[in-house]
Amino acid sequence: MYEVNFNRKLSLKEKFFSLSGGYVLCILLLTAIGLFTLYSAAGGSMSPWAQNQLIRFCFCLVLMFVLAFMDVHLYLKYSYFAYFVVLFLLIVVEIYGHVGMGAQRWIDLKIFKLQPSELMKISMVLFLAKYFHGSTLAQIESVKGIIAPAFMALFPTALIILQPDLGTALMLMFTTMVVFFCVGVQMWKFLLLGGGALVFAPIAWHFLHDYQKNRVLTFLNPERDPLGTGYHIIQSKIALGSGGVFGKGFLGGTQSHLNFLPEKHTDFIFTMLSEEFGLIGGVVVILLNLILIIYGYMFAYRITSYYGKLVVIGLNTNYFMYVFINIAMVLGLLPVVGIPLPLISYGGTVMLSVMASFGIILCMDINRNVNLGRRSFHED
Amino acid sequence: MNRDNDKGKILLKRTLITAAVMVLLFFGLIVRLYYLQVVEGEKYQMLSDENRISTRVLVPPRGRIYDRNGGMIAENMQNFQALIIAEQTPDIDITLNRFKKIIPLSEGEEQKIRRDIKNSKPFMPVKLKDNLFFDEIAKLQLYAPDLPGIVIDEGLNRIYPEQSYSSAFLGYVGSVSPEELSSDPLLAVPGFKIGKAGLEKKFENKLRGKSGNVKLEVNAYGRIMKEIERQNGIEGEPIHLTVDMRLQHVAQDAFGDESGGAVVLDVHSGDILAFVSVPSFDPNLFTNGISLANWQALLQNERKPLTNKIISEHYSPGSTFKIVVALAALEEGIITEKTRFNCTGAMKLGKHKFHCWKHSGHGWLNVVEALKHSCDIFFYEVALKLGIEKIASMARKLGFENTFHLGFNNMQKGLMPDKEWKEKRFHEKWQQGETVIAGIGQGYVLATPLQLATMLARVVNGGYEIVPHFTKLSLKEKEKIKKLPISQKNIEIVKKGLFEVVNGVGGTAGRARFDVNGAKMGGKTGTTQVRRISLKERKSGIIKDADLPWKLRNHALFVGYAPHDNPKYAVAVIVEHGSSGSGVAAPIASKILKTAVELGI
Repeated sequence: MYEVNFNRKLSLKEKFFSLSGGYVLCILLLTAIGLFTLYSAAGGSMSPWAQNQLIRFCFCLVLMFVLAFMDVHLYLKYSYFAYFVVLFLLIVVEIYGHVGMGAQRWIDLKIFKLQPSELMKISMVLFLAKYFHGSTLAQIESVKGIIAPAFMALFPTALIILQPDLGTALMLMFTTMVVFFCVGVQMWKFLLLGGGALVFAPIAWHFLHDYQKNRVLTFLNPERDPLGTGYHIIQSKIALGSGGVFGKGFLGGTQSHLNFLPEKHTDFIFTMLSEEFGLIGGVVVILLNLILIIYGYMFAYRITSYYGKLVVIGLNTNYFMYVFINIAMVLGLLPVVGIPLPLISYGGTVMLSVMASFGIILCMDINRNVNLGRRSFHED
Repeated sequence: MNRDNDKGKILLKRTLITAAVMVLLFFGLIVRLYYLQVVEGEKYQMLSDENRISTRVLVPPRGRIYDRNGGMIAENMQNFQALIIAEQTPDIDITLNRFKKIIPLSEGEEQKIRRDIKNSKPFMPVKLKDNLFFDEIAKLQLYAPDLPGIVIDEGLNRIYPEQSYSSAFLGYVGSVSPEELSSDPLLAVPGFKIGKAGLEKKFENKLRGKSGNVKLEVNAYGRIMKEIERQNGIEGEPIHLTVDMRLQHVAQDAFGDESGGAVVLDVHSGDILAFVSVPSFDPNLFTNGISLANWQALLQNERKPLTNKIISEHYSPGSTFKIVVALAALEEGIITEKTRFNCTGAMKLGKHKFHCWKHSGHGWLNVVEALKHSCDIFFYEVALKLGIEKIASMARKLGFENTFHLGFNNMQKGLMPDKEWKEKRFHEKWQQGETVIAGIGQGYVLATPLQLATMLARVVNGGYEIVPHFTKLSLKEKEKIKKLPISQKNIEIVKKGLFEVVNGVGGTAGRARFDVNGAKMGGKTGTTQVRRISLKERKSGIIKDADLPWKLRNHALFVGYAPHDNPKYAVAVIVEHGSSGSGVAAPIASKILKTAVELGI
């Protein structure tokens, strides 16, 4: 069934030499740009943002390599387990949320706030990858074969909606759908699902809390927000547009520094970057992210195992969602949702989740020639 | 195995589609970025500047005003005021209540503030309180975070150190009314004051100066970060007046509690040396908006402090008009110095009988004696012979019906009636009896004290057509003063009469005479009726004017000049309801002229 020489474990040295240097370089470049922008956002100071961000990044970089150099079989073996652990955490946090209104939705790890919903994005991909790895095309194309994974995806999504964290829930849902699409679920099932959602939505609506309903309404219609998310988006467009081709120069962004731009160090950091570095800066950031994503697809192409391919496709989609939603939002193309620009925005949670994804993607790529048979893990 | 192959193929196909969509979406972002930063870049550049650059108008100091001797009579004083910008405060009621806890506001003030906020654009600052003390400013700054939209502004207040001594001619400044708005950005500055009356209004263009502006970079909360550009304005021009405040004080004080006015002219140039209207008011009251109580007090005072008695009221000139008639008669050759008429106390004209003020009559007298005794009959006769047209012509030459381009509010033109005027006004023919009473300055004839002073100045300066004014004439303008076609000989005859009025034995203003190193004054009294005397009263003749209620008493007038030998100063004095020109007006005029001579202005 499989060739023995590819099934042996790789040495650390071998792993290191098959690591994609270009991929890591892109990550380092984006982080560097982020640190410069945070330095400027603080008015030319390492504190309070750039310094913390640098420390976090170093930690995350170590984590990324640890995950990259781990035994690929472990991922496959513990994919389901990880999913259920995270699902458990999600339920725990949700119960706490019900017990005390406004309770934390995260677990404090001192340097980072661990959000189970963030972890769910990764473990969901691992879960689905393992599930479809073990399925035949006939099973995938049958209704019976996708009911279980569909349920496993919808349940945590519903929990996250209730948190209520619609942004994360929608990202999770979208990633799931991309995975379903890639493995070959027929188009008519997506259409059916869409129709079903339309019917189901009013019923689900009925079960939501008032404050949850309000959150959804505000999300759908930002003008509802009395503080005016509209104001944010207008200011964002002004700051960005006034940057022109070459920008106002490092530390020279008037709109950002004069506080016209809200959240300049987190969700709206791309605006500040584009004000100071102009079209050139903005395009460089978009292209670096595009290169990362294309790298991901290149990995997916050359990885031999179905599991590995699917993990990379899922995590890559997840990363794409972050970048696209954030930039489209500050450019006024999407409603304002609280999604940061990974690697550049200030904040630990997303950095942790994204760097962990990169680590797993790299691990899949390092072990691209390792043949994980459909049932190979049973014999391991 | 085949199926596994198909599974891989589908994955590859579907993944390629996904990847292509993602690449397309990313290029969509780049296109959008290009659109915002390059296609619409200029627009956003402009919006960004609008966001951060706030242009403020710099108010130049208003031109100072000096008197003849360089004394400051209008200047500017620093004034700190609290303003509120409606659009920068989330809740006006809350902010105002907090402000009131720090600086109390009266109910009236609060009402006015709310009205102002309602009537002005939300970004325009509205004044809450001015003339803040330093401790109040400190408190406001301390509580600034709780007072969004409230700013402290430093401005300049107009102040008048001479207070009520300068109000008659300086006028006052006040807030800009909507109809006064023009393209000058200064007028839109909150609390900006412009001249509303008097010289402040007349010289507004010179005094105002030119606005400057400063471009400031502000942050999202409106805090000023730095100054980008400054263009200083041009300070208002100083104005140097011809008024001598020393003389002004003496002249105003001479009135005591009387109501009236006095104007002193330099007879050779027309310089106004003093300009008094009493009772007067403190123009400083108007600078910050006069209080209702003060305003009501000014309006309800029966002696009308807000009416300028020198130019905004006209009176029957009475006997002072005899100067005009005498000069006209001499010039026309109707009489000579030697021509005499017999005064029997009354003169008959048709059915009417015209009386002299002295019922027993003056007997035979010439023009000098007629002026000295102010004989009415003499001037009735002369007026009849002259005719109204000749009288009117001389009066107009001497300044009647002229406002001299002084440019004050509510100036009266006076009235010199003639046949044409009566035809137009009443569609009636001129009556000879009307000429008779015009001959003693009664009837339709009306003149302002300024016109009377000008009349006398033009006579005693040898017939030069001087025009009263407040700012010194240039040499060229002085040379331009025209000589009227009046003979010096006749002027001397009239002057002799005026000299006798004061200095002659039995002259009507004998009590007013003075002698300062040989400098003496001349002049003419006038007492004009405010009401008609009934025939009954005339017959009984016992009601004394002084016993009547104030409002019904006669006006007292005096016009005078000094020194007699070489006239330099001319004065006109009106004491409203002062009863007697000789008894009340002449002493005031005397005091003024004496001071002028002593000061040697």
